[in-house]
Amino acid sequence: MSINRSKTLTEQAAVRWLLTAIALGFLALFLFIPLAAVFSQAFEKGVSVYLTALREQDTVAAIKLTLLVAFIAVPLNLVFGVAASWAIAKFSFPGKGLLITLIDLPFSVSPVISGLIYVLIFGRQGWLGPFLESHDIKIIFAAPGIILATVFVTFPFIARELIPLMESQGRDEEEAAMVLGATGLQTFFRVTLPNIKWGIIYGVILCNARAMGEFGAVSVVSGHIRGTTNTVPLQVEILYNEYNYTAAFAVASLLAFLALITLAIKTIAEWKVQQQLKS
Amino acid sequence: MKLAARHNNVLPGFGPTMGYTLLYLSLIVLLPLSALVFKAADFTWPEFVAAVSTPRVLASYKVTFGAALAAAGVNAVFGLLVAWVLVRYSFPGRRFVDALVDLPFALPTAVAGITLATVYSANGWIGRHLESHGIKVAFTPLGITVAMIFIGLPFVVRTVQPVIEELDKEIEEAAACLGASRWQTFRTVIFPLLTPSILTGFALAFARGVGEYGSIIFIAGNMPMVSEITPLLIITKLEQYDYRGATAIATVMLVSSFVMLLVINLLQKWSRRYAE
Repeated sequence: MSINRSKTLTEQAAVRWLLTAIALGFLALFLFIPLAAVFSQAFEKGVSVYLTALREQDTVAAIKLTLLVAFIAVPLNLVFGVAASWAIAKFSFPGKGLLITLIDLPFSVSPVISGLIYVLIFGRQGWLGPFLESHDIKIIFAAPGIILATVFVTFPFIARELIPLMESQGRDEEEAAMVLGATGLQTFFRVTLPNIKWGIIYGVILCNARAMGEFGAVSVVSGHIRGTTNTVPLQVEILYNEYNYTAAFAVASLLAFLALITLAIKTIAEWKVQQQLKS
Repeated sequence: MKLAARHNNVLPGFGPTMGYTLLYLSLIVLLPLSALVFKAADFTWPEFVAAVSTPRVLASYKVTFGAALAAAGVNAVFGLLVAWVLVRYSFPGRRFVDALVDLPFALPTAVAGITLATVYSANGWIGRHLESHGIKVAFTPLGITVAMIFIGLPFVVRTVQPVIEELDKEIEEAAACLGASRWQTFRTVIFPLLTPSILTGFALAFARGVGEYGSIIFIAGNMPMVSEITPLLIITKLEQYDYRGATAIATVMLVSSFVMLLVINLLQKWSRRYAE
């Protein structure tokens, strides 16, 4: 293997070996061992205890709420992501750079602040607080607040994946379709959509992982009402703080499985997108 | 010129997609963020300064920014090493390791928090060995740094990795032909080319660490003045219904993240120019 490698173009074998060992050791300390510990702790007392922990009433309610939140937040951001990337990638207009920066903004805001801003609007002391209270509408400490905060933190995921992808593809294919008499929607569904399919999958899967896993922002708006406004990550926190470690890690292992599946699909999607860009 | 270009564009749908983009952006992001700014405007300047500079708040800045700086520094060094090893060397399981580097992006922060707290606690898998050397990680400021290293790691690796992939092998050959040792080549030829991306990754990891909440609170111990991070202090104020206090501190955090965003944008422009 190293026969055709000139000695001066890579490090000596011993150095290579040492550097690889240090890098893997570092990753083991900060990634691999903590990941393995999630599953080890979850199954520490056996499979039946694990399964019982997952069937607990509050945990089931938390799973349902998390699924509901993701089911609403992800499609909202998908529609936005496709609309924004069409406008930004296929047309030129002044202020494009600023618009992209604004779309990325939620990534640079602390999750705690992402929750706080909705409390300041919809909370009891907030702008709309008195109005909402007199009409008996609950947003903060209820599902709508959790959904809003989740939409905020996952806002950029799909758009920021699609914009560079669509920009790199240009608009020749779409223009050809239009000239040949296709309608705008036909052009989008038959030409653009197949081209950005893997980009959409990539964005959706990351958006979904964050939507189901968000902790800080949701923690601020949820109110931690057991069985009602607890999402899965909040349920993990409650169980952990009650020293119910096995149950906490059992619920956490669901999220860790989700993370591993996300990484697997992400790796495939990344590979497909790169192949598409090459061809 | 620009208008003419748009005029020649035969594609439809600019109006509706742009309109929807701006509407949705305003409703979800801009309007709620401006709520914070307006709420902060209720303060007079001396009131504001007093609210954001009590000893407890100042201590939390020190803990948060200090730990984030240390974590970003560790990530800059080891992230560069990991990126280098992943691009230049081959070893069994390389692709698998490469995919797992993104774990902190995909693993919910609460899960990261409880597992790091467990592994690094006095009787945990790693903490046990550190404890016997007198090093306490969990429930100390060091624990905060560990959590921030975890969440910041992919930022450095993923900004440096593509730059190493694109490095022109010819310049390394040239350096070698001119008699440079491998270390000299790395230090004087390769490293300067990687510097902008390392700094960008450092800044991204730092910014992420400063705002982080979920993975930290489980391992931090959360002692006021010692191991209490600023985001937690905001939540504490909220739980005491001190909305004004929470708003003031959040405003400081928001402004600092805008400054970091600006720095990151400048760094990215620099690295792009460097790449060309």
